[in-house]
Amino acid sequence: MANLKELSRKPERFTGGHRACAGCSAPIVARMLMMAADQPLVVGCATGCLEVTSTLFPYTSWNTPFIHSAFENAAATISGVEAAYQSLKRQGKYDKEVRFVAFGGDGGTYDIGLQSLSGAMERGHRMLYICYNNEAYMNTGVQRSGATMFGAETTTTPVGRKGYGKKQFEKDLTAILVAHGIPYVAQGSPSFWNDLITKMQKALDTDGPSFINVLAPCRLGWAFPPEETIELGRLAVNTCAWPLYEVVDGQYKITYKPREKMPVEAYLKKQTKYRHLFRPGNEWMLPEFQKHVDEKWERLLTLAGEPIPAREPVAAG
Amino acid sequence: MSEAKVKDKAAKGPEAAQEIAALTGNEAVAMAMKQINPDVVAAYPITPATEIVQIFSNYVADGLVDTEYVAVESEHSAMSACIGASAAGARVMTGTSAQGLALMWEMLYIAAGLRLPIVLADVNRALSAPINIHCDHSDTMGARDSGWIQIFSEDAQEAYDNTIQAIRIAEHPDVLLPAMVTMDGFIISHGMEVVKVLPDDTIREFVGTYNPKVKLLDVDTPRTFGPLDFTDFYFEHRRQLAEPIAKAKEVILEIGKEYGKISGRSYGLYEGYKLDDAEYVLVLLGSTAGTAKTVVDDLREAGVKAGLLKIRVFRPFPYDEMAALLEGRKAVGVMDRSDGLAGLGGPLFGELRSALYESKNRPPMKDYVYGLGGRDCGPALIRQVFDELLEIGKTGQVKERFTYLGVRE
Ligand SMILES: Cc1ncc(C[n+]2csc(CCOP(=O)(O)OP(=O)(O)O)c2C)c(N)n1
Ligand code: SF4
Ligand SMILES: [Mg+2]
Repeated sequence: MANLKELSRKPERFTGGHRACAGCSAPIVARMLMMAADQPLVVGCATGCLEVTSTLFPYTSWNTPFIHSAFENAAATISGVEAAYQSLKRQGKYDKEVRFVAFGGDGGTYDIGLQSLSGAMERGHRMLYICYNNEAYMNTGVQRSGATMFGAETTTTPVGRKGYGKKQFEKDLTAILVAHGIPYVAQGSPSFWNDLITKMQKALDTDGPSFINVLAPCRLGWAFPPEETIELGRLAVNTCAWPLYEVVDGQYKITYKPREKMPVEAYLKKQTKYRHLFRPGNEWMLPEFQKHVDEKWERLLTLAGEPIPAREPVAAG
Repeated sequence: MSEAKVKDKAAKGPEAAQEIAALTGNEAVAMAMKQINPDVVAAYPITPATEIVQIFSNYVADGLVDTEYVAVESEHSAMSACIGASAAGARVMTGTSAQGLALMWEMLYIAAGLRLPIVLADVNRALSAPINIHCDHSDTMGARDSGWIQIFSEDAQEAYDNTIQAIRIAEHPDVLLPAMVTMDGFIISHGMEVVKVLPDDTIREFVGTYNPKVKLLDVDTPRTFGPLDFTDFYFEHRRQLAEPIAKAKEVILEIGKEYGKISGRSYGLYEGYKLDDAEYVLVLLGSTAGTAKTVVDDLREAGVKAGLLKIRVFRPFPYDEMAALLEGRKAVGVMDRSDGLAGLGGPLFGELRSALYESKNRPPMKDYVYGLGGRDCGPALIRQVFDELLEIGKTGQVKERFTYLGVRE
């Protein structure tokens, strides 16, 4: 458990002045990581919003060693840094205790970077990979990714006479990482700061690879007012569209259970990217979405050994 | 691997300490890597380079090196991991070929742009399609503008020697650029040859230890590697890359000389064979030089003033040296083991024509694209080139600026 007072006394290792949009959650996640860590951190980041907004030469927000090399290879790049660390330490050429973290957006993680992530996790590097998942390629102007949820309008899943947003459901990357058999996997949200920071600390303390998938609301791509970032994250969690859980050595644990599971509509209504779901002719979409959320939530409950409550019926229309 | 090593008893001076071993090119490079003892190797298998990292991983398994060996899941990740490791402050090496180098392409530019002295052994193999595993130079040529130093080797001995020198060249404070050492796939990589191997201590002393000024693992001085440059800085940063490229030539020569002191084998930017008074000159890269030398010998015996110019360093390209060496010759034949598909022969031809532009006494010059996908190039074909050069020399006329040698039309 993190303590706010203590955290507030920690030096800022991710500083302000970056160029992320007002209300962007990605820098919040980066800052939380910096507060979570007690050891020196070397951070790598894939090309994407977090990287371009925080390292605009000659400025940098990273008051910690940082490397960006390309889009699809944050995990491979950091695995090289970690390999160098292991080698130099073994040879007695380096004596500090350091932790390694790679950041990637959902595009850089679910899609183009999946291979390099999988490789790094399988090889067992001691590194934490954090996917800040804003559910689209935001840096290039809001294109769909494998993380984009059903029905979402993006610039490559436009809504038109025939188009109704993304046709597919999101891929379950967290489950893919669990299937790697790595010691620590979790889903988090910056709206639940204590939950997320605790997970980050556990991951950093894990002697091996760890992965945290963080839902990171993007005010531009999701289209909501900047002051609602944290509220959006809360809704995602309280509707169970983005459950918070961790998988430690294969054991599932739901780390936060909403007192009352809200209908997903409450979350979707807040985002312009779903506005067409509420238009005449698209009445079928909301129940589809809700069904998907319910099924995933029930699967998670089962995996965590929890009882499955009866489902709320969703009225179409 | 067969290591039939014996001491070179007849040798004197620096050569006395060397062992004579029967090694393939791949074995020779793996041996050089063992002696260099890099901190990190990240690699992915591909024919005909696989053996290098396979043999090297045996050295790791036997505890003969201190290297952290990262068996990555692709060449893209191999170069990415090399970049991370090198930025961290480690001495880093890898090896690949053809499709593997092509998959690294994005990262090759980044390694150079970040000024990371990674050393890569590229076993030359043709690029797909059609897929083929045999030698040509299209893979290396695809990376020629990436900011890497490129050094070609004629045989296993040169591959060994070049690999060792590449570490010093790449890491030289005036250079700090990645370097690739190439050798021809199968012809050199799998051909068993006599190689003179220096003692481990000599190599370790020669390469020294790598301790870069700027490193990611320096957590007390946090730095950002690979930031975003817009129109206000990108150009200046790329412009800075021209400086080490300009200085590299001198450094390569200096280190080639120094290497001569410990081995008896000095290296320059090129090697001339019976070149001084030659009227008809062939210019090429890599293993074909060996065959060409015997053809030159035959022609010399027949009274023809033939000569060979083998280029060792393709990047940076020795433009001035080439111009000085080639001007005034009766005819120059260029042999390109890759097709530029630019409409005017291969890349070597383009460089040489460019090198001679200011020359007052430009020789007639013709390009021969040959040996693609491992097509054999024996003495008869090279003889054919010289025959044509003699004809060109007589008339001063080049009818066709480039042609394909040894192909069914
Ligand atoms: C190989 C390659 N392909 C495409 C791009 C262009 N590109 C840069 S960032 C990006 C999208 C990033 O999306 P994501 O990873 O989700 O991060 P976000 O910007 O949303 O934070 C793309 C497509 C690139 N830089 N490199
Ligand atoms: S586009 Fe979205 S992810 Fe990118 S900086 Fe703006 S709010 Fe953040
Ligand atoms: Mg994204």
